Amino acid sequence: MFAAAAAALLMALALALVRAFLGPTVFDRAQAANTVGTIAMLLLAVIGFLTGRPEFLDLAIVYGLLNVIGTIAVLKYFRYGSLGEPGEAQGGAER
Amino acid sequence: MSTIINILSWACLAGGGLFCVIGAAGLVRMPDFYTRMHAASITDTLGAGLILLGLVLQAGLTLIAVKLLMIALLLLFTSPTATHALAKAALIRGLEPKLDQSGGKSSKA
Repeated sequence: MFAAAAAALLMALALALVRAFLGPTVFDRAQAANTVGTIAMLLLAVIGFLTGRPEFLDLAIVYGLLNVIGTIAVLKYFRYGSLGEPGEAQGGAER
Repeated sequence: MSTIINILSWACLAGGGLFCVIGAAGLVRMPDFYTRMHAASITDTLGAGLILLGLVLQAGLTLIAVKLLMIALLLLFTSPTATHALAKAALIRGLEPKLDQSGGKSSKA
């Protein structure tokens, strides 16, 4: 039964990669990367059960933490053009 | 008893896999960025939740179940945050939602 779940997750992973290749805007690609990260987390958990090595769950936790930070960093880069600056408040208010 | 848990776990894993595939198919087939984001959130919530629930049922009351719950909690907090940031970044960048331009005539027909 774990093999069936892993196969379904691999199929979802392939579909998300199709969107990452097609995506007309950068946000589509960022969304696809986020989905790929979520599915990879689940796939790591399922593979840990499939091979009888639950240590894979630690890898899944680390992958999930890195995934969200990566998504936010990419979004900030494409919004402000830089990762170092704090960014401006919307509406152009002087501070 | 263990047969019942096995059947429940099987159902959760199969349902979770199905919802993951549905969400990813929506990610490919939806016409607009915002609708694609809506489809992708199915994978993040229902698909991930059901698969993790099925694995927790298999693990029983062990440290492995605690780790699986940690993963579920992590997804619960980070995935809406990432989706919110993504939608806001796309809206500020000027990406327009694709609206129904027929003036609601299609709903009457």
